[in-house]
This record gives sequence, structure tokens and C-alpha cells, in this order.
Amino acid sequence: MNKLKALPKPVKLAFWVLLAILAYALPILEPPIISTPGVDFGGVLFVVTMYCLIALGLNIVVGYAGLLDLGYVGFYAVGAYTAAILTSFHANWPLLLSLPFAVAATTIAGLILGAPTLRVRGDYLAIVTLGFGEIIRLVAVNTEWLGDRRGISNIARPPSVMTGEDGGVVVGEAEPGLKGIFEIPHLYWGDGTVLVDTEDTTQFLVFGVLDQIPYYWLGLTVVLLVLLADYLIKNSRVGRAWEATREDEDAAELMGVPTFKFKLLAFATGAFIGGLAGALFASRQSFINPDSFLLLFSILFLAAVVVGGQGNRWGVLVGAFLVAYLPQRFRDFDDFRVLVFGAALVALAILRPEGLFPPRRTVRAKQMEHELEVLETGHDDGEEAARV
Amino acid sequence: MEFDYQFLFSNLPELTITGLAFGAIYALIALGYTMVYGVLQLINFAHSEVFMYGTFATLWTVWALTGTGGGVGGIQLLLILLLGLVMAMATSALIALALERVAYRPLIKKDAPRLIALISAIGASFVLAELMGLRDKVTAWVGLDDDLDRYVSGARINQSMASVVNMPDVNIGGLSIKTVDLLVIAAAIAMMVIVDQFVRRSKLGRGIRATAQDQETAALMGVNPTRTIQYTFLIGGLMAGAAAFLYMLKIETTKFDVGFLLGVKAFTAAVLGGIGNLRGALLGGLVLGVAENWGQALFGGEWRHVVAFVLLVVILLFRPTGLLGESLGKARV
Amino acid sequence: MSDATTPILEVQNLTLKFGGLTALDDVSFGIKEGEILGLIGPNGAGKTTCFNAVTGVYRPTSGDIRFQGRSLTGVKRYRITQLGIARTFQNIRLFPSMTALENVLVGADAQHKTGMFSALFRLPRHRAEERDGHERAMELLRFMGIHKRADELAANLSYGDQRRLEIARAMATGPKLICLDEPAAGFNPQEKVQLMELIRKVRDRGFTVLLIEHDMRLVMGVTDRIVVLEFGRLIAEGTPAEIRDNPAVIAAYLGVDEEDAS
Repeated sequence: MNKLKALPKPVKLAFWVLLAILAYALPILEPPIISTPGVDFGGVLFVVTMYCLIALGLNIVVGYAGLLDLGYVGFYAVGAYTAAILTSFHANWPLLLSLPFAVAATTIAGLILGAPTLRVRGDYLAIVTLGFGEIIRLVAVNTEWLGDRRGISNIARPPSVMTGEDGGVVVGEAEPGLKGIFEIPHLYWGDGTVLVDTEDTTQFLVFGVLDQIPYYWLGLTVVLLVLLADYLIKNSRVGRAWEATREDEDAAELMGVPTFKFKLLAFATGAFIGGLAGALFASRQSFINPDSFLLLFSILFLAAVVVGGQGNRWGVLVGAFLVAYLPQRFRDFDDFRVLVFGAALVALAILRPEGLFPPRRTVRAKQMEHELEVLETGHDDGEEAARV
Repeated sequence: MEFDYQFLFSNLPELTITGLAFGAIYALIALGYTMVYGVLQLINFAHSEVFMYGTFATLWTVWALTGTGGGVGGIQLLLILLLGLVMAMATSALIALALERVAYRPLIKKDAPRLIALISAIGASFVLAELMGLRDKVTAWVGLDDDLDRYVSGARINQSMASVVNMPDVNIGGLSIKTVDLLVIAAAIAMMVIVDQFVRRSKLGRGIRATAQDQETAALMGVNPTRTIQYTFLIGGLMAGAAAFLYMLKIETTKFDVGFLLGVKAFTAAVLGGIGNLRGALLGGLVLGVAENWGQALFGGEWRHVVAFVLLVVILLFRPTGLLGESLGKARV
Repeated sequence: MSDATTPILEVQNLTLKFGGLTALDDVSFGIKEGEILGLIGPNGAGKTTCFNAVTGVYRPTSGDIRFQGRSLTGVKRYRITQLGIARTFQNIRLFPSMTALENVLVGADAQHKTGMFSALFRLPRHRAEERDGHERAMELLRFMGIHKRADELAANLSYGDQRRLEIARAMATGPKLICLDEPAAGFNPQEKVQLMELIRKVRDRGFTVLLIEHDMRLVMGVTDRIVVLEFGRLIAEGTPAEIRDNPAVIAAYLGVDEEDAS
């Protein structure tokens, strides 16, 4: 991390661009070890991006603002159900039109839930949100208008971009006969040889049933956008207000921070992102039912945030990756997945209480001593370099 | 949605009694949450599994001693049940102590962030529940699955001790009331009173309250914090075991994941009454149980859990510290 | 500076009761713009309670507090800060895992308006406020002599630097009145002298200062006027010289003074 920081700006930029390209190419490369035998790799990666998105959203609530939310799946559900109802069950909207409504509905849900509960103390917030998550699910289970137990199917997919029969570009629902504007072959890893497999291709921007890679690309793009937004907001008055509130709410209030307003803002922002993830998830699955929104998922989401190191967006992404990917990768141990996951959580909590990747500042505080010693021997006109 | 006022009002006494019985069980479990929270400010998420192991201890004890079921009665049955209670309490207490030792103490020592302790609790909860849910596979490794077949088969489905105990309904003032319900309510309240008095009057209880208030000062005054925390878990575990036994008397079936919902409800009860407050746990449990049962009668069974959570949210909005406020040291000075 | 005779802050018949306990009983005093007013009294006299009432932490049972002619009753705490009253805490309450600079920036943000939208799209308001905030924060850190530790986490600062950082953070909120709650607590005599110097410099920058302090020598040396509380009642008010000779004050402080002198 420190070495990276020291590099000149263009090099840093190139590094990030390269990393992003690699991320986009991952399902095409199908590298051994990482790729998931037995499960569609693109599908796994799509789920990973959804977890990343959720973890980023929950990190704003838990990591930045310090609000313990045990019912985040509720927002995910609101987003998914809104998209489902608007595109399939009660209307026939295209997905892209339903997305803003899904996100708006979730944000409003966040405001409605947050306005009364953010005044109560933190631990109560945990249980109230937990209750909220369950209520949303149980309402879905018991309401015919929401498809009750059977759920909702035929949820709209994102519009595909295809080459029509006349050679022109067609935008719309994916059709079996139509191909994408171009196709990308996958790699095939033989014994010691790597081949380009022209039989196994992905149609660019065709959101069909079988190939999930385009969904992954869509998910990854959304994650990158949210990541950028997260960075911009964190390094501003808003981010500072969140942190100050987390650190000492009363002191923050007395320093002129309207803490309630900012807590509500964090809650609504988290809800916004959760709803977005829910809507995308529903679209990809094309089918949802209440079992997609069990309380267990809230716990898994929270685990993703805490495992990686709450408050650190990169750590949180790693946490999301681990929580979403590991159970898929090691499907052979299917029965023991939850057991191993639980044991891993305990071990992690005990061995690395700050998370795998705690916020850089926490690490930095510990490194400070060492660095200063080194710097002291040199000149110290820099403002950060000196010590008392 | 149709509201069945008719049914609710014509059966109000029975519904209330059954609700109180559920509530009494919630209250006993809530005790564990509330005490640990009072002392450590930790939501002991795995407490639900402490309860779940108690239900299995009861089930297995009854199975082992009644053979293939039925055919016992009178004093013999009473002894079997008593032994079931003892086994449940012992098992739950052991699990609670093991939990404290493995999942929490290392964190408390390191003064880790509270959220991390919660994650550890969640992890421990998964491990405990899954161990029970995979008991057939685990015993197969050791090669004991044939010998223990009756106990370990069907690891992921409901197991029942129905038809072992058949208590007749009692008739009070024209109302037909289940004996089990009365028994559960009486036993739970008696145990709550004992614990409450113990925490208020005994030396150990003073230690617990002192630690809840200010761990450092309590330690300076000679209260051993580690031991106090252990006792807190022990008492919570014993009560969860008792709750498990009463639950088995009433419901008669259990499953590896039975703890989860009950745990959430019990925690809700604790918060409802004012977390950290022992009497609050009792009140919260009873209120929750009754409200749930009434709600079920009014809106239909599928809304039962929704009623519980809505009640929680509403009460917290108007009384942010629960019905009786927070205590276990702090209040009632 | 406007008319120096109008009080910037008026405490009028302030009474505060907690249950049966009367913490403040009919206390009235005023602070003139540009002065350093000392608020002293033995332990438990109600000094910090008075502070908390002024900064909106407690709501007065009766009486009123007026700041620049405006009643503060019912005004939210963060609003009071934005209106121009800043404070420090008796027990240091920084944001421990934020850097010193960020702590001060939070203070500076009190006068800022950047919201989610401005930040997300890096609108001119965000840029302007960010630049202004950084400049002000660094300037204040320099003023307090801790600019070299700007990027250090607040938790890692020495005790004295943490106290200084609290003052910088309070000043950053752009106050007219700054309330210091025992800023010299835990300081050695030499540090106390430096702090006295500093408090004067704060006043010279145009801030009005309300100072709670235990150390009589410090208070006598730096304040323009002193208000003395005892058991929640105001027992004396005047210049340091007057207070020094006031029999009621001497009576109240007998014993306490010896303790402090050691």
C-alpha cells in the first residue's frame, strides 16, 4: 500500500486501469484455481459483484456512520420486489425504467425506518433493523399482491444490444436467434497449454439466460461507479461528519454537526445502494421469492463488511469477495459450508479483531512510530515528518 | 386482511394463558441476553444455540429413559422429566460456559471493538447450530452413527417427544386450560424470582451488578471480572436450559435451527423490557408472548412474527429504553 | 468590534434542576464582547452545568440564555454552535481515530453547507469550502503550535497536544464566544503559563472567552472579570482584584486553595 502511494500519479492511474481491465476479463480468462468447477464462473462472479455492492452500501451505514444494521436484507428485498412488481407482476415496464423507482422506493423505506429509529441508541437500532428485515420478508410471504410464498417470475432483464437479421443494431429483449455486436472467446486451460476456445464464447451485451458474464460486467460497472461515489463522498464534509458522529456523537453535535441528519443520510444512502443491488439481483435471477431474503443474508452481508475491515472500502470489497466466493468455490464441502464459515468468523474475530484489512489510518497509526524514526535521521521540513 | 375480533374476544382468557406460557419461555431465554448485555454490552447472538442444545438434552433424556415411547406414568414419569430438566440445564450451562471461553474471552482480553464480538458470536452460533444439524455426519466420522442412530438420524428435520407426557386440561371457572401452560408459567416465574433475588442479595449478584456498572472499579474493589462474567454466562445458560425443558414440554418437537427465531424473540423481549433489566426481561417476555398470541388470533397465524416485531418497533419509539428502563446495576439506586 | 457594553451572552435568572437537586439557582451574569470571563467555584458548584446549559446540552428549568440578543432556549445543540458558541470539554472528547487536521476540519465544517450532491459532483461549493476549510484548519493548528502533527491521529497526540487540538477545533467552528472547560487540567505550571499566554492571544484575535478554571492563579492572571459560583448560586462578580478581596469568595475557597497550591 505504501509503495503504491509513493508512485507518480500516471503510474498509479495505469495500475488501477489495469486492475479494472483484469477484473472485467476475469470470466473470459477462466484462470484455473480461481475459476469454480461445477458452477458457472460468470454466475459466481456476478454474485460476488452483488455482495461487493451490498458491502459498499452497508459499509457506509456500519463502517462510516457506525450504525449497526442487522436488517440490511430488507432494503435489498424492497429493491428487488419493486423491480419485480414493475417489470412483471403488476406492470410491464422495461428494467431500466423500473430501476429509478426501485432505488427511490428503497431510499424512502430507509428514511421511513430511519427517521424514528435513529434517535434510539445503537444496540436498539440493531434489533429494530433486524425486525424490519424480518417484517419485510414476512409481509412478502403473506401478501398475495407480492406473490406470497411462490414469489414473482419473469422479471425483466436488462436490454441487450444485438445485431439484427438485417445487420443493424437492435436493442431489446435477448432472442435466441440474434447475436451480440461481437463475441468474445474464452480461454481454455489445458495441461500446460492455454488455448483460445472459439467454441466457448460470450456474446457482448446480450443478457440471456445461460451466459451470465454480461450480467457480471454490468454488476462490475455499477460497483466501480459506486466505488467512485463512495470515494468522493467520504472525502468531503459528509464523510467527516459521518466519522465524527461515529466517534463521539455528542461531541460531534456540539461541534456543529447535525448528527441526526447525517445519520439519516447514511441510512438512506445505504438503503439506496442496497435497493440497487436488489433490483439488479432480481433482474438477473428473473425470479424472486421470500427465501431470497432470509435474515441469514443480513448476517452474511454484515460479516462481509466486518471481515474485510469496516470503514475501509477495499477491505470491505475483499470481505464481500470472500463471503460470496469461498462457499461457491468449495462446493465439495457443501454440507459443511456454514459450519466452516462460522468457525472462520470466530477465528477471524479472535485473531484479527480489526478485520483482515482495517482502515489504513488504523494501520498507519501503528506504523507511525517506525516511520518517524526513519525520517528523523533525514531532514524534517515536511509538516508531517517532525515529532515532538 | 380480515380481522377476526369475534374469535379474539370469545377466546381471550385461553389466548392470554397460552400467550403467557410462550412469554414465560421467552422471558427465561431473555434473561441470558439481558444479563450478558448488562455486563458486557454484548449481544450474545449464540445464546439461541445454548437454548437449542437444551431442547435436545431434554429430548434425548426422555427418549433414553422411556424406551420406544409411552408406557410410563406417575412417579416414574415425573422423575424422568426432572432428570430431563437437570440435563437440559446442565447442557445449556456447559455450552454457555464453553461459548464464553472460546468465542468471547479472547476478545474481551484484547478489548476488541464490540462489533467484532458480535461477529464472533454470530460465527459461534453458526458452528453450534450446524454441529447439531450435521450430527449424523459427524458421528459417522467417528463410526458411532449406527449405535446412536435414533439420536442422530434425521439431523435436519423435526424430532419429537410427543405422546410421552399427556397432561389433562384443567377446568378453572368454566375455562378449559392446558396444564402444561400453567406449569410453564409457574415454573418460569418462580425461576425468574429466584434469579432476581439472587442477583440482588447474594455476594455474587452484587459482583455482577458492580461489574455491569463499572468493570474497572469493580475489579479494583476485588471483584474478579473474568469469574463474574463466567457466572453471568452460567446463570444465563441454566435459565436457557430450563426454558428449553419447558419449551419441550409445551411444543414437544425441536430441530437444529429452532434456536434462531426463539432467540430473536427472546432478545426482542429483553429489549422490550429494557435491556440489562431482569424484571424487564420477565415483563417484556410476557407482554411479547401475549401480544403475539392475540395478534395471531386477530390477523391469522402467518402474521404472528410480524406482530412481535411491530410491537417492538412501536414500543421503542415511545419508550426508547424499554418498558422498565435499563438497569442491572444502573437504575434503581 | 461593536458596542463593548452590550453583553454578547446574557444568562438571565438561570435555574436548572435535576429531580430534587438544584444545580443552578437563579444565576444571572453577562459576558461583554472581547473580554475573558472566568467562571470559578469549588467542585460541584455548577460551573460545567452552566456551560452545558449555554451550549444546549441541558435545557434550563427556568430563566433564559440570550446570545447576541437571541434566546437559546430550545435551539438545537449544533445550531448553537453554528450561531457562534464553541466549547471544549473537561474530559477531552476528540474524534480519536480521525487525524488532528480532520478534527479541526469537522469544526470548520460547522459553517459549511456542502451536502451529498455537491460532494458527489465536486461542485464549486465543495471545492471552495474544502480549500477554505483546509487553510483555516492548518492556520489554527499552526496558531496552537501543533501543525507538525496535523496528520497524526488525535488518539496518538500527547495529552497537552490533545487539549490544544480541542481549542483549535472549537475555534474552527467560527465562534464569537469560545467556552473553555478547565483547559489547564493536568498541566504543569510551565504549561499553564503558556496556556495563559495562548488564551490571551485567542482573545486578541477577536474571540470572547468564557473560561472555567480551577487554578486561581491562572484565572486571576488572565481574566478581565470573574463570576463565582457556589452550590449553584452566584456569590460574587467583579474584576480579579475585587474577587480576591471578597470575603464570601475567600470563605468558599478556603481549603480548596491549599489543595490547588500543592
